[in-house]
Amino acid sequence: MISLHGLTKVYPGGVCAVDELDLEIADGEFFALLGPSGCGKTTLLRTIAGLETPTSGTVGIGGADVTTTPPGRRDVAMVFQDYALFPHMDVTDNIAYPLRVKKTPKTERHAKAAATAARLSLSDMLTRRPGQLSGGQQQRVALARAIACHPKVFLFDEPLSNLDARLRLEARTFLKRLQRELAVTTVFVTHDQGEALALADRIAVMSGGRLMQVGTPTEIFQRPATPFVASFIGATPMNLLPGDVRGDVLHVAGAALPAPPGLTDGDHITYGVRPEYTDLSASPRDDAFPGTVAVMENLGTANLVTIEAGDTLIQAVVPEGDEPALGTAAWAVPRQARALVYTGDRLHAPIPA
Amino acid sequence: MSGDAAGLGRGRAAAFVLPALVLIGVFLVFPALWTIYLGLTDYRLTGLAAADPQVVGLDNYTTAIGDERFQGSLWLTVQFVIGSAIIGQAGLGFAIAWTMRDRRGPVRRVVEGLVLLSWILPGSVVAFLWIALLDRDGGTLNTLLGTPENAWLLDNPMLSIIVFNTWRGTAFSMMLYAAALENVPPSHLETARLAGASTFQQLRDVVLPRIKGHVLTNLLLISLWTFNDFTPFLLTAGGPEGRSEILPVYVYNVAIGDGQLGVGAAVSFLILAINLVFALAYLRLIRGRNRAEAPLQAPSGRGGG
Repeated sequence: MISLHGLTKVYPGGVCAVDELDLEIADGEFFALLGPSGCGKTTLLRTIAGLETPTSGTVGIGGADVTTTPPGRRDVAMVFQDYALFPHMDVTDNIAYPLRVKKTPKTERHAKAAATAARLSLSDMLTRRPGQLSGGQQQRVALARAIACHPKVFLFDEPLSNLDARLRLEARTFLKRLQRELAVTTVFVTHDQGEALALADRIAVMSGGRLMQVGTPTEIFQRPATPFVASFIGATPMNLLPGDVRGDVLHVAGAALPAPPGLTDGDHITYGVRPEYTDLSASPRDDAFPGTVAVMENLGTANLVTIEAGDTLIQAVVPEGDEPALGTAAWAVPRQARALVYTGDRLHAPIPA
Repeated sequence: MSGDAAGLGRGRAAAFVLPALVLIGVFLVFPALWTIYLGLTDYRLTGLAAADPQVVGLDNYTTAIGDERFQGSLWLTVQFVIGSAIIGQAGLGFAIAWTMRDRRGPVRRVVEGLVLLSWILPGSVVAFLWIALLDRDGGTLNTLLGTPENAWLLDNPMLSIIVFNTWRGTAFSMMLYAAALENVPPSHLETARLAGASTFQQLRDVVLPRIKGHVLTNLLLISLWTFNDFTPFLLTAGGPEGRSEILPVYVYNVAIGDGQLGVGAAVSFLILAINLVFALAYLRLIRGRNRAEAPLQAPSGRGGG
């Protein structure tokens, strides 16, 4: 278990990378730290590793306070974005390096390295140097080095981001399966929301050194707590439209929609609905945003249609074959069961079905 | 490598290179050859042999090699190179670069500034400063240590010039190693730290393999420079009693001091030969290293499955 309490990291020069952060990560959990660059997720990971000293607060691993423990004694293994393989050592020596530092006898550590390599289908490359391996193989060697010394915690710093797109998908599946099998607590840093949703048991969305929301991928995707999380999560950014409450009706971008309970007359709200949960209608409707079709982007099995309504842009995903013509009038109909209402930057409620 | 990237053609390319070659020939190759010739004569600064030098064959060489003063001088030079270049400049330079690697801001700038200052000052000025520091009567060091009457340059001439040359030349090694350490990816050091590696293990397993080429180049350059360095003459003039008479000083004392230009030329040529051996040995090491790492670059399999 990893527990962080009141963790703060201020860099010399006054940049506050992590701000009063509390977090508990359960044993065996695959936990993703997600956020845009500069949000403090890597600093947080490095603080757990011991590579950064927190300005204040505590870090606990497996029940022990390790805030002042040097990285080498925390029993954690880290995989870096650049894999950090030693170019002058062959694959065996790279995998066995942590064991060598721990003074494991040579035959034993070479046997362990070979066994780990076999598990990651690297058996044919034991005598090669990192420079003779492909990107995917290098990534697996870095994983093998982390696995071979059986740490309490894996820390991954965007280990998939140097792979090309297709390979990244394969590596993702492989990584998830491996983590399931090893059942080692894993903290995974990424800026790719798709990766976080696909891999993690739980996700923490960070911004400006703070946690915006912690939850399962479903929670984060279905009920993002703030407009920031809402716009960050999802393959296409969520439509976030300003609106007003009048009686029990929401007036948003030309549409009149039923208001959820608990709102007072005159409130300003932000109405959120994902393009995937927005349909297009060719005829006028009261509960739809009117506009003209401005852009059409082909997503393969569907089209992402952008509707222009004055200064507001509304996006909708339209299944193949139903594409409207460019420049025609269209009405974007939110599926109200999937829509979210934010007041003052907090989630008010999903709209009742 | 089908080479005519500039599109000059062989003739014009040669014309561009020619002036440089002529200058090298006139000022480098010819004097070197002339030195070899002089080394075979009994040419002197003054007297009969100055007007009409006779060729004496290898006499100068056999005399020099058999001369205890030359042998002693060679041994002093070896001490000087090992002490001030390899241990002093390279060791201290690396230590400073390693300590300063993560530092930014005033501390680093001040240290680098001071080290650089000792490098860019003219040799004569530096020598004067060191004489003022080490002087027996009223020298700064004696005042600081409260040891009046301690004649550093007379009692410890070799130590004095070794410390002097270390102080003077550390900047180059420091800058070279600082640049080399920039090439060590932080993630590699951090991987070692996470595995629990000590500072020594980090240096041995991560840093040194990465900067081996820089180390060899640095050692080659500074040992050659130190081997040929004449500045200690300004401090001790080779004395007392030749106890700090390293080879360049020996050549000067023999050729100009005693006027035996022929012997001086012969010893100069010996120094040149020793330097050449040095350089070839280092270059061989560097090339051997490159060959060992060559297969690393060969496959272009990055990014694939």
